[in-house]
Amino acid sequence: MSAGTAKLNVTVAEVKPINDLVTRFKFVRTGGGDLPTFSGGAHTVVEMQDGDITRLNAYSLMSNPADRGAYTISVRRDDQGRGGSRFMHSQVKEGMEMVISNPVNLFSLDLRAGKHLMLAGGIGITPFMAQMHQLSMMGGHFELHYSVRTASLGTYAKELTEHYPGRVHIYHDDQNEAVDLKTLLANQPLGTHVYVCGPKGMIEWVHSTAEEMGWPREAVHSEEFLAPASGKPFEVKCAVSNKIVQVGEHQSLLEALEAAGIDAPYLCRGGACGQCETSVIGYDGKFLHYDHWLTDEQKAGGKHIMPCVSRFEGKTLVLDR
Amino acid sequence: MTIQFNDETFHGDFTFKNSDWAIKRFPFPFHEDSYMYSVNMEPHTSYRPGSVFERTFDVDEHYVSEMKDRARVLANDPLRCQSLPHMTLAGWDLVELIMEAKAREYPDLFELHKDGNRWRWINKPLGIDDTFTFLDESTLPYGPMEYITRQTQGDFAVLDQRDDNLWMDAGMVTTQADWSLDFDIGMNFFEWHAPVPKAHEMGIFVRALKFLLNIQQGQPARRLNWTMTVNPLLDTSPENYHKWGVMKQGLTMENIGDKQHLRVELQTFFRLPRSNALVFPIRCYLISFNDLVTVPKWARRLHRVIRDLPEELATYKGFIDNRPLMVEWLSQFDDGSPTSDGIWPDDD
Repeated sequence: MSAGTAKLNVTVAEVKPINDLVTRFKFVRTGGGDLPTFSGGAHTVVEMQDGDITRLNAYSLMSNPADRGAYTISVRRDDQGRGGSRFMHSQVKEGMEMVISNPVNLFSLDLRAGKHLMLAGGIGITPFMAQMHQLSMMGGHFELHYSVRTASLGTYAKELTEHYPGRVHIYHDDQNEAVDLKTLLANQPLGTHVYVCGPKGMIEWVHSTAEEMGWPREAVHSEEFLAPASGKPFEVKCAVSNKIVQVGEHQSLLEALEAAGIDAPYLCRGGACGQCETSVIGYDGKFLHYDHWLTDEQKAGGKHIMPCVSRFEGKTLVLDR
Repeated sequence: MTIQFNDETFHGDFTFKNSDWAIKRFPFPFHEDSYMYSVNMEPHTSYRPGSVFERTFDVDEHYVSEMKDRARVLANDPLRCQSLPHMTLAGWDLVELIMEAKAREYPDLFELHKDGNRWRWINKPLGIDDTFTFLDESTLPYGPMEYITRQTQGDFAVLDQRDDNLWMDAGMVTTQADWSLDFDIGMNFFEWHAPVPKAHEMGIFVRALKFLLNIQQGQPARRLNWTMTVNPLLDTSPENYHKWGVMKQGLTMENIGDKQHLRVELQTFFRLPRSNALVFPIRCYLISFNDLVTVPKWARRLHRVIRDLPEELATYKGFIDNRPLMVEWLSQFDDGSPTSDGIWPDDD
């Protein structure tokens, strides 16, 4: 199986700063023509050629899924991050040619839902923007509750409130406003599905509150992409390709495999989708599992690792790659 | 390529027939002299011009007659086509996928003209010229999935993806190898595969599901599956077992070459863009034993595969009673010489 998804060659048509932290990028197909349709909640993986390093970051598509003329994404600058968002903010200019993946949806709407209740935190707003486009086109019933730090950092809050009057509720952290989740969940009609995208704590809070209140597990949907954690450098022996690979401090195991020319599958690059799951042949040391994919039992078992986000500390690690 | 469409039947007098062209391009499913389940998926990319793998949706000489047979089956049993309410968007995805592919790959047979959401679809072999509004059901004579699958060979299972599983929530199923959409509708991947022997223990379905959940836009996949059918019946449904089950009796050394058919399914898998559903077209190809043994390599190999097939599989595929006769008849064409790897005839 070849790695990743089919690629699209695109040109940056617009770079627009939205506020102090977030910049929006618009891509059109290089040489003209339509881009593939997608479904609300889908992301694309953007390839960044940053000197010798190829960075691959997943960003939710926020434009209208029915608009095949262009895709837009919004990138929040993370100054503590490994450099992908800084690259997008500082290096990507209008007219630049880039490569992105076909859309992949790991956060799709459950179309059986009678109502879609959306909970967004910060930059987690972006997948909901595409979903709201899709639902309003289909006449779907939705409601958004969106938490932002301050009014000035409330990315798209004003536009959304104007565009979907009565359906969008904004909460400002600096004014001590917060979603009254229990009351909100208690007052939903039967057949409502809940979607949450935002910081890890918010996702856990929504899942656990809904569970306590007796919501079915399959009616609560979330998406959180992890950025790969940095850590101590380590060495991996790849049994199939017969290569020894060094993983750098700010490099993920997946990136190190790719840099060594090893064909490693992936989709989300954020510990969520399971595509990059790799068998461990042998090890002497300690795994640092950061993914959402493996069960606790599997994490303890030492037979699997998700190279997109997880790391290793110890003497030897032998992988089936 | 202009196709000469056959006027033939798949029931009653069974006038179905493969031309030499159709025999030569038949998707023979055995790449070696034995058979066991495997996930055997490969990318559904254009391969080997003239073969059934060349186009996204293969159209062949049986097209017009197969569509007549589908209309006949649906008239008798409308439940062969069902779509749960949340699957309408997936139906439109399928309309777009098939119309765009056919218009692009068979421009002499199909045309699609778009003016925004106003689409004009011309299907020359079936004499259809319709204009409709994309995503507006009221502008089509049927629901979108039914409309396009009444014009496309093969069965269609449209699978909703949620809770890390696939759900059989819509389909058009009139050419099936003994399974029922009406029975399976709403089931998940493990539920509808429950009757298959051995494969669960082998972990096949866990691996297959994982593969399918990760099929992405722009990267369709395919595999072949097979069984046996007496008489060229497209509709071997459980609903009509009382009509076709009895046909499995009465095979003789004299008539088996004519009556016994190898039935091959070209199964493909596409991610649908708007709905994030998965469509699973299952295209059935039939070939009589007489036609099949005109390819010496296929004759030798089929003999060996059928002879050595595990008993559970011959039972599940419904030909355990006729297996001794099949093996005896096929053995006439197997001189024991080696067969080359792969599914294609040797003279290519």
